[in-house]
Amino acid sequence: MSELPLPYSSRMSGTARLVGNDVNTDVIIPGRRLIHRDPFMLARFVMEDLDPEFGKMIEPGDIIVAGKNFGCGSSREQAPIAIRYAGISAVIAVSYARIFYRNSMNIGLPVIECPDIIGKIEDGDQVSIDLEEGFLQHKRGSLTEELEFRPIPEFLLDMLKDGGLVAHLQKQLRGEG
Amino acid sequence: MPKTMVEKILSRSSGTEEVAVGDIVESKVDMAMSHDNTWLVAETFEKIGAEKIWDLDKVVVLLDHRIPSNTLEVASSHSYIRNMVKKYGIKNYYGERKGICHQVMFEMGHVVPGSLIVGADSHSTSYGAVGAMGIGIGASEMAAVWTTGKLWLKVPCSIRIDVAGEFPQHVHPKDLILKVIGDMTADGATYKSVEYCGDATAKLGMSGRITICNMSMEMGAKCAMVPPDEGTRQYLKDKIRVPYDEVHPDPDAVYEQTINVDLSDLVPMIAKPHTVDNVDPVEKMAGKAIDQAVLGSCTNGRLEDLENAAKVLEGHTVHPDVRMLVIPASTEVYMQALDAGIVKKLISAGCLILNSGCGPCLGAHQGILASSEVAITTTNRNFRGRMGSPESEIYLASPETVAASAIKGMITDPREVVE
Repeated sequence: MSELPLPYSSRMSGTARLVGNDVNTDVIIPGRRLIHRDPFMLARFVMEDLDPEFGKMIEPGDIIVAGKNFGCGSSREQAPIAIRYAGISAVIAVSYARIFYRNSMNIGLPVIECPDIIGKIEDGDQVSIDLEEGFLQHKRGSLTEELEFRPIPEFLLDMLKDGGLVAHLQKQLRGEG
Repeated sequence: MPKTMVEKILSRSSGTEEVAVGDIVESKVDMAMSHDNTWLVAETFEKIGAEKIWDLDKVVVLLDHRIPSNTLEVASSHSYIRNMVKKYGIKNYYGERKGICHQVMFEMGHVVPGSLIVGADSHSTSYGAVGAMGIGIGASEMAAVWTTGKLWLKVPCSIRIDVAGEFPQHVHPKDLILKVIGDMTADGATYKSVEYCGDATAKLGMSGRITICNMSMEMGAKCAMVPPDEGTRQYLKDKIRVPYDEVHPDPDAVYEQTINVDLSDLVPMIAKPHTVDNVDPVEKMAGKAIDQAVLGSCTNGRLEDLENAAKVLEGHTVHPDVRMLVIPASTEVYMQALDAGIVKKLISAGCLILNSGCGPCLGAHQGILASSEVAITTTNRNFRGRMGSPESEIYLASPETVAASAIKGMITDPREVVE
């Protein structure tokens, strides 16, 4: 697999791409597309069954803003991979399905749980995130609002900083962990 | 401190005397299973650069999702898996001969009560049917398990579902779990362990226990378990030859929530497009025309399921506008169904029998739905586009309901077809 398109950064900002509740991994990347092993190929089909235009509209750095239970369904790691390689810098959701949450962190896609976003962030808002401080800001016209989220546990943050689980384990095997 | 089942298993596997809900523990994995996605596991394992797999006795690999390979891409990823299996000396490798991973895990005696099993498949919750903790993980994490044999886990809170009563005629464990998911919603058990207790769990049978633990995933459960009983011991008698310690919940264990279900109150249930928690009694959807009926999967492809469907189909034929696909969950189930004459009954009624595997469940091959087509299936997910076109519709129901609907060419309450 190729290197991730975006290196780790504790701060990121981008345009909000709003999706609803219970977005499952079958619509994030359908089973019929899993034959592709190239992550950039997978990225072309991201969310296609939800909205065929979704992938085409992504600007590098965009942030997916979702409702509850984001990533429910299959354990396919290709779901966060497709999102990450499509250029999405982070996901903010009300809540996540547990396997998707772990998979995302493992492949180096920061996922933030923030129940306070309900009804607050609109599609197209400018969103910035401070992962380590645990807050996000969203802007729409003259409106600017700051929301706090539960900080990412330190050991997961360390893994994200290393670039994901593989790089983290490589470091450990080299005796640096 | 009194403990739930999951607390006992995480306490034992992490070597921590007392664990509390919310604690993060590092547990030793007892068994690790992956299927067609082993290409990604192996590729990641190679990237990590470990010299060998931590314990070859504890790794299972097989192919079930797209077998036999249906595209050049799939063929090359299968070929890569075979090479990696040889390179690392994976001995518990079953190729495409045995059937669906979860069913095969039980049949081959890899699911031991009280153990911690990780599978690179979300329906690994199935292993709870014999009182094991089965959890789904992704491919990178499986590569990490191959490397270290360990996994970090958060100790979840637990939901207890107390089952009482008797199933009415033509009502099955699938109807029970659909009812539970409908009530709990798609994220009602997220991050939580679900324990099915009460004397009536004995009425579920082992096949039914696999069905309900398997589908507990669809309400977000981290794991789902049924405490072992005499039925479990009988089921495992010929499968597991090593001694094991059963895990049972302590009488005063703390549950976040206890839900009481009386089997006697249940009716045949159906999950409507496009979420598994969109549940109604079958009779509410009666009359909806269908194009495809599917009987199979890790959820409902066992001998009992085939038998139940065959009983409904006996003396009938599948409606001319419907294709009915039958996929025995494993080769062993397939052979048992052959011996019992079930396969002949199904073929005579107009069913197509496919080789054991995941088949059309995930829309990979063997029965893709065209735009605007409608399927009724015993599988576990009805997400938009799961079985093919995003414009198709998937309804989930029991084997009896699927068979009754296949006869009529429309969604049908099995109580209408069978006397």
